[in-house]
Amino acid sequence: MFSAVTVLLLLAVSLALLRAVLGPSVFDRLLATNVIGTCTVLLLAVIGFLTGRPEFLDLALVYGLLNIIGTVAVLKFFRYGNVADPSREGKAKR
Amino acid sequence: MTSLLIDGLSWACLLAGGLFCCIGALGLLRMPDFYTRMHAGSVTDTLGAGLVLLGLMLQAGLTLVTVKLVMIGLLLFFSSPAAGHALAKAAISRGLKPLLADSDDTSPTSPPLATDEFGVSVDLENAPSKP
Repeated sequence: MFSAVTVLLLLAVSLALLRAVLGPSVFDRLLATNVIGTCTVLLLAVIGFLTGRPEFLDLALVYGLLNIIGTVAVLKFFRYGNVADPSREGKAKR
Repeated sequence: MTSLLIDGLSWACLLAGGLFCCIGALGLLRMPDFYTRMHAGSVTDTLGAGLVLLGLMLQAGLTLVTVKLVMIGLLLFFSSPAAGHALAKAAISRGLKPLLADSDDTSPTSPPLATDEFGVSVDLENAPSKP
């Protein structure tokens, strides 16, 4: 039964991956990346139960943190042109 | 008897959560423009994640595993709306228009003039001011 949920989550990941490949704008790709990240966290938690190894939940937590950091960092880059320097804000090439 | 009930509930939650994840990803693939795709993608973040985590919690019982699952749930609960908000704001400030936006409140109707390096169709003359 856990394997059925795993298959469903893998299907969701593959559909989102298709959108990330097709996506006309960079924001579509980022949205698809975000959804893939969420599905990855869930997939890791389910796999931890499937194999009977609850350590996978720690990996899921780390993946969740990396997901939010990655999305916000890439968005900041695309919005301001740099990642962590507010004084140079908006001076980058569009 | 009780364990059977909890087992059934947990399987129902897990399957429904997996199905909602698939529905969200399908909407992400099929919806016509970026903002509607974002709406579809949030199904995965809320209902899919919530139901899958609830099903796993019912499987685990009252242990440390449940605490970790609650932590994962809280992380997704707080981070995905923030990421979605940042994504929509970045898309608007970049000049990505919704598909059915009222065009008379900003500018006379004109076809998108160009596509910038991020694949966003921008109307270069009436682009919103960059922050």
